[in-house]
Amino acid sequence: MSETSRPDPDALLASLKRDEQRAQRGRLKVFFGMCPGVGKTYAMLRAAQQELRDGVDLVVGIVETHKRAETEALLTGLPLMPRKEIEHRGIRVTEMDLEAILARKPRLVLVDEFAHTNAPGSRHPKRYQDVVELLDAGLDVYTTLNVQHIESRADAVRQITGATVHETVPDSVFELADQIELIDLTPEALRERLADGKVYLGDRANTAAENFFKDTHLTALRELALRFVAERVDKRLRELRANSPLKTVWRSGERLLVAVGPSPSSTQLVRWTRRMAAAQGASWIAVSVESSRTLDVEGQRRLEQNLALARELGAEVVVTHDDDVAAALVRVALQNNATQIVVGKSRSPRWLDALRGGSLVDRLLRRSGPIDIYVVPAERTAEKTLAWLDWRPVERSPAHEYGEVAAWLAALTLGCWFIAPRFGYLAVGMLYLLAVIALSLRVGRGPVFAAGVVSALTWNFLFIPPLFTFIIAKFEDGVMFATYFIVALIAGQLTARIRAQERHERMREDRATALFHLTQALTAARTLDDAVFAALRQADTLFAAQSALLLGNDDHAGLTPHFAGSFLLSEKEMGVADWVWRNRKNAGRFTDTLPSAEGFHVPLLRDDKAVGVLVIHVPREAALTLAQRDLAESFAAQLALLVERESLRAAGEREKLLAESEKLHRALLDGVSHELKTPLAVLTGAAENLATADAATRDGLTAEIVTATRRLTRLVNNLLDQTRLESGALQPRLDWCDAHDLVNAAIDGVRDSLAGHPFESVVPDELPLFRADAALMEQVIANLLLNAALHTPAATPIFLTAGIDGARARVFFTVADQGPGFPLEMRERLFQKFQRGDAARAGGLGLGLSIIRGFVVAQGGEIVVGENPGGGAVFTVYLPHTQHGSVPSE
Amino acid sequence: MIAAAGHPLVLVVDDELQIRRLMRLALDGAGYSVVEAETGGLGLAQAAARKPAVIILDVGLPDMSGIEVVRKLREWSQVPVLVVTVLAGEADKVAALDAGADDYLTKPFGTAELAARLRALLRRTHDGEETPSVKFGEIEVNFAARLVRRAGAEVKLTAKEYEFLRLLVAHRGKVITHRHILRELWGPKAEGNSHYLRVHMTHLRQKLESDPHRPRHLRTESGIGFRLVE
Repeated sequence: MSETSRPDPDALLASLKRDEQRAQRGRLKVFFGMCPGVGKTYAMLRAAQQELRDGVDLVVGIVETHKRAETEALLTGLPLMPRKEIEHRGIRVTEMDLEAILARKPRLVLVDEFAHTNAPGSRHPKRYQDVVELLDAGLDVYTTLNVQHIESRADAVRQITGATVHETVPDSVFELADQIELIDLTPEALRERLADGKVYLGDRANTAAENFFKDTHLTALRELALRFVAERVDKRLRELRANSPLKTVWRSGERLLVAVGPSPSSTQLVRWTRRMAAAQGASWIAVSVESSRTLDVEGQRRLEQNLALARELGAEVVVTHDDDVAAALVRVALQNNATQIVVGKSRSPRWLDALRGGSLVDRLLRRSGPIDIYVVPAERTAEKTLAWLDWRPVERSPAHEYGEVAAWLAALTLGCWFIAPRFGYLAVGMLYLLAVIALSLRVGRGPVFAAGVVSALTWNFLFIPPLFTFIIAKFEDGVMFATYFIVALIAGQLTARIRAQERHERMREDRATALFHLTQALTAARTLDDAVFAALRQADTLFAAQSALLLGNDDHAGLTPHFAGSFLLSEKEMGVADWVWRNRKNAGRFTDTLPSAEGFHVPLLRDDKAVGVLVIHVPREAALTLAQRDLAESFAAQLALLVERESLRAAGEREKLLAESEKLHRALLDGVSHELKTPLAVLTGAAENLATADAATRDGLTAEIVTATRRLTRLVNNLLDQTRLESGALQPRLDWCDAHDLVNAAIDGVRDSLAGHPFESVVPDELPLFRADAALMEQVIANLLLNAALHTPAATPIFLTAGIDGARARVFFTVADQGPGFPLEMRERLFQKFQRGDAARAGGLGLGLSIIRGFVVAQGGEIVVGENPGGGAVFTVYLPHTQHGSVPSE
Repeated sequence: MIAAAGHPLVLVVDDELQIRRLMRLALDGAGYSVVEAETGGLGLAQAAARKPAVIILDVGLPDMSGIEVVRKLREWSQVPVLVVTVLAGEADKVAALDAGADDYLTKPFGTAELAARLRALLRRTHDGEETPSVKFGEIEVNFAARLVRRAGAEVKLTAKEYEFLRLLVAHRGKVITHRHILRELWGPKAEGNSHYLRVHMTHLRQKLESDPHRPRHLRTESGIGFRLVE
């Protein structure tokens, strides 16, 4: 296969991904028109009627008929979803009931007016967001839209008709459409319909409507709509070509970069770039350069709006910090392989540009190298951005700083007034210069500039002869004055800039430190809980906020708040978090989704899936800057990594456990088969030889058969007992027991096995009756004796004692041996299934002690193992004791 | 009732062919005649037709439980019944004994044990209950005189102790359940008070056994009852 005939793997992957997403998500069909009144809703309802006849399960989510008879007629027979009533400032409005539709889960939903803005208090501010959620839930949607509502065409429509469009749909959302049906009508036909009153004009004043529906406008709008659809078709075609191996021409890897600032002209710049990128089939990035100059609240808001717009229009958004905008743009462009940079035409005064070393465009051109620079003229907007604003002080209020400057200068002037006669006016000038430079360390650029000007004038007026005039008599004084003026200004500027850079540097450092500390804390934390705790406390201090972390459950059923959170989530906030988790997008305050929420919700993303949600809650009056939100996302990313690490570890542990249990099963099987086969082999061998054996051999064989049978019996009994214990079928029958009886019966059962050991049992005469299951207790004692006999060297003594404790609350039985005993660390494990003492001789399943404990516990008692003072092990069984009732006297 | 040549007839009711064959081998050698039945229904029919001297009955039968068989049998026959159970079937044993079985044996068991049990069961039917006096070990009980001697010396027993002993002696060699004893001595209301038995048994052992803590004759059957062993 030749190089050129192979499809671009990235493009193929992207298209595959899109196909995959499409397969899961619902399909979107848009009935698209040039303006109101072309019959989009009518067409949609007709299509719906057809679908209904085909048996498709559909509902009408929301449709506005505007009382048009022919439209209303089409609505009959279609199942309508009841609307949700929302009260806003005393006015009742009805909106589509998104939750109800999601709960109803039809195949197809009809949603009129794609660009509609929802009433405040709805889940999403925009209806198209509702639609996206419906699609994400796998529901097909029919909707209607006019070309004027397309975000990237809104400007064009305004230029054509002069009417500003408020409700817009991002192009990226529109591109979700799988099918577009263009409802086309000639302007003449539309005007006819208008004349017949068939067009709903909304609340617009009639004249405005008249203006909108002018023939020329309609023609332009129609062209716009047709071209838009055609462009889209072209784009889809290109996409298809990208997949097909027939494609021979590659798109150049164009990538556009647009500089976005807080000014309204940036909005147009963003739209322009988007159109350009679409036309070139190129990707694009929007870059905001944060300088040391802090924006006011309004500026910040506008900047964020502009960036949000860019994001909606499909741009990748990059925020960077630098005082030199040009350098920053070129740096980001190079990092992101951008081929074109788009900037707005500078409107700052020329002298200011000169001071900065040329306008932004000049500086860009100097640095950009192979990157193309586009300069887009901005429309003059009513709101004039003052270049002076760039010179504003940064931290304290300007008035305060100017006051400080005035105070210092006044004090200095007064002092100089007294020393001038002695030292001369040149020294005074130097002192003023010193003061200006000193002030530049304390106040912003504006006040420093003012200080320079005022001090120069004061110096001239009060000290440079001729006094009390602004006239400078001597030429050298003039030179001196001019030099002073310039030095003061430059010095002030330089220090101010250094300070600003320092502050900026500090901010960046703070951010880096925060992330570093976080990473460190996360690495140091030994458990997930520790790590989450550390991370949330960091978030609390860093954002001066309360924070919470919610983790998704394994079964993907819901979110659980982590206990370390300092922000207690209300039901509503939980709802927001849940949305974020399911949709893997930011939501809540400072975002477009559920902005009325209290917290800022960020998903913890790992490979296309959200493992949890981080919630940052700042007080009502405070706000999170873009940089802080960025940081919150970094936090979330770190936490996501951690959660995943933890879940991987847990999975590993589970696997280990499984392997362990498999090992155990194999050991059990091996053990059982060995334990069964040995006595069976003995039995078979002995039985076969019996017939031919002489009398003496026969006795020996018989003895072997008896031993093998006992062993088998014991094994089978143990297995049955263990099964009984585990199945919960064991129900002890408690009755009054006599310790002597139990001990005797137990000893009788194991007399043969005890034969090789000196054995002594001590049961005090006065031991009262106690309640127990006699059969179980007999087995407990017998098994303990048997264990001692089997697992200790021959001829070592075994002791059995019974007794009652001082408080007469418990009776006890102890079995002590002088065998090897058990190391401390083994004692707890001892009572688990299939545990065999290290010193245990080969054979045996290790069930004995587990059964003993099961029996003891079933009777309300307990068993402990300890060390015999003389070496060896001591098992003690405790049973609760109560005094029995009286016996009737005779 | 007694088979040819003085061999007592034993009915073995068990669904396992191998167990029946083994029993036949063991019992033939011990001087018994054997009939077999593989279900409870057949067992009852054989019991009626052949009138065996003793019945060995497995508790777990395919058609009905051994307890059910005992209950039905007791409606018309007092033939001694030895029930065979598996280990850990204490509840079964007690139920069978309470239903009228005379003794039990736990699987797996040795043939010697089986023979001993059969002997005890058969002797009682020979001896009847009218024997005026019974001797075991150094103990002699004279029912006619209500007198108990140990090694020739008279032993003073309370009324209940004497009743208790008389009951054990009457069923000597066989197990008697707690319930049975309590009902005989204190009436049906006393059935739950097994500590009465323990207290009296302790006294009896102290008076009659040479080592009361290791009784030779007055034996406890854990979780079931008591047995007098000669």
